[in-house]
Amino acid sequence: MNFFERTLAGFLDAVEHALDAEEVSQANGLLQRLDPRVKVVGILMLIIAAAMAHKFWVIGAVFVIALILAASSRVSPLLLGKRVWIPVLLFTGIIALPAPFVIPGQVIGRIPGLDWPLTAQGLASARYLVTRVETAATLSVLLILSTPWTHVLKALRVLRVPVVIVVILGMAYRYIFLLIDSARDMLESRRSRMVGEMTGSDSRRLAAASVGVLMSKTLQLSGDVYSAMLARGFRGEVYMLDDFQTTAVDWIMLFCFVAIAAAAFYYGR
Amino acid sequence: MHIPDGYLSPSTCAVLYGASAPFWYAALQRVKAILTTRLVPLLSVMAALSFVIMMFNLPLPGGTTGHAVGVAIATIILGPWASILAISIALSIQAVFFGDGGITTLGANCFNMAIVGSLTAYAVYRIIAGRAALTSPRRVMAAALAGYTAINASALCAAVEFGIQPIFFKDPSGAPLYAPYPLHIAIPAMMIGHLTFAGLAELVLSAGVVAYFQRTNPSLLKLTAPGNLAPDDAIADPGSQSLWHTLRPLWIGLAVLLVLTPLGILAAGTAWGEWSARDFSNLQTREKMAIASRHTAPPAQPPRGLERLSSLWTAPFPQYAPSFVHRPAMGYALSGMFGAGAIILVSLIAGSLAARGKRKGSQEP
Repeated sequence: MNFFERTLAGFLDAVEHALDAEEVSQANGLLQRLDPRVKVVGILMLIIAAAMAHKFWVIGAVFVIALILAASSRVSPLLLGKRVWIPVLLFTGIIALPAPFVIPGQVIGRIPGLDWPLTAQGLASARYLVTRVETAATLSVLLILSTPWTHVLKALRVLRVPVVIVVILGMAYRYIFLLIDSARDMLESRRSRMVGEMTGSDSRRLAAASVGVLMSKTLQLSGDVYSAMLARGFRGEVYMLDDFQTTAVDWIMLFCFVAIAAAAFYYGR
Repeated sequence: MHIPDGYLSPSTCAVLYGASAPFWYAALQRVKAILTTRLVPLLSVMAALSFVIMMFNLPLPGGTTGHAVGVAIATIILGPWASILAISIALSIQAVFFGDGGITTLGANCFNMAIVGSLTAYAVYRIIAGRAALTSPRRVMAAALAGYTAINASALCAAVEFGIQPIFFKDPSGAPLYAPYPLHIAIPAMMIGHLTFAGLAELVLSAGVVAYFQRTNPSLLKLTAPGNLAPDDAIADPGSQSLWHTLRPLWIGLAVLLVLTPLGILAAGTAWGEWSARDFSNLQTREKMAIASRHTAPPAQPPRGLERLSSLWTAPFPQYAPSFVHRPAMGYALSGMFGAGAIILVSLIAGSLAARGKRKGSQEP
């Protein structure tokens, strides 16, 4: 695959991810029914609990809770496998692979033929890394898949993120898809007019020029967006409509999140 | 480069969120003061662009492809402060929405790529580009090196963050709890990939885009080119009047660090390699040196070169303890204030000399 195909595949993957998230967030599951503020705070507490645990079984227990949350929220294991488990295993697994042979400690065996020492501490460190990363990634993807982006943003206000940053995050997210569309059109139209193979230096020049064109368009776009905002009465102040309402289920789930995180902190010390 | 959750301990993450916060605050205040009502649309769209640039798969020499962060090109076009914000927002969306990079490690990722990357790119670009014309090939070279250096500085920060994990965070059996490799493995492992492929991708993108703008719209390069600053260019000019106001959090941070310097007394053991010739003849310090060197006994005599050169210079505050102060905590704090004060004084004198030289240069016909 040349850079055209790879870049276009990357754009397609981002759009596909957004569509997956939209579809899952519409399902009638446990996490989808929760107030986004409870979800953001609760899942963040579980991620921190998994990150702080010094015992393998505690990280494993948080992972099992993530699986239960996924099942009760109608997030298919196939989707989690495709989006989280396999990519994380490939990336972190490769990083963790040399650890059992590199980390010094008690030798518990040797690789036949190569005579490489396998240490208990090395194995444990690889296991800590992979399970911790898988658990945290599963939880954060669950949050993303079960919550529309606009709701995540509003919920960030609970964490005292300034309104102006929340508004910029929201607008940036919308423009990402516009710019992806624009970049995709640009690359596809160039590819459709191409005959034969491009040399390496021509490809680099074309890639840099595409980024340059996109950048010029973006600067122009920011001016247009500003004019459009001014025309609609924008004076620099930003407001958000916080229309969330908590129900009994939210409070029960918040209590569950706090209890699980507290237990993980306590037993994971 | 995007560090996922689980690689860094929560305390490292908290420190890096704390280290990033003053830069975010200073950048936001600075950019807000210049852009006023244009802040929201410009930053939103530029953050979206940074995100899309990170998705471009750049063709590299040798037939492979690689992703770039685009930090140098964002810095050259927007200036370092706006670039810090735009890249941080793009990284936040990547982490929170696309799961690329962790949520607990977001502070670390922003510190490495957005803050260290933007400031390094800005410094390298300004030093190498100098006062060259907007269409000069020197600017293309400066952009290339800015991109290459910035991404490698970011990678080095990430490698150090990985490498310190096994020193501080282990379970009772001695197994590392987070990133398992020590500095002597983490640094080469990260840097080999970045000195070659990732650095090359950043170099190709930065140089290519600057060359493209030189052909099509050189005015976009004016912001980080000295001599012809437009009103908005103050975003990039670290020497404008509101400097005190926007750098206030950094000064407060420095004051807090000065007050905390006596924490160094709590450190156990000895700093490896920071030994004096006299330490080799003291039984107690010899024991500490052996412990710090993985139980390798130090030589019986101090190395000759060390002995010969150790009398060349006597520090005014040896061991961070001025002779007239009897409490070690006070000695630490005083040494910290003296050291920081001396550095600030030298910087102010150098800055004032440079500004005077610049004024003289601009007055000449």
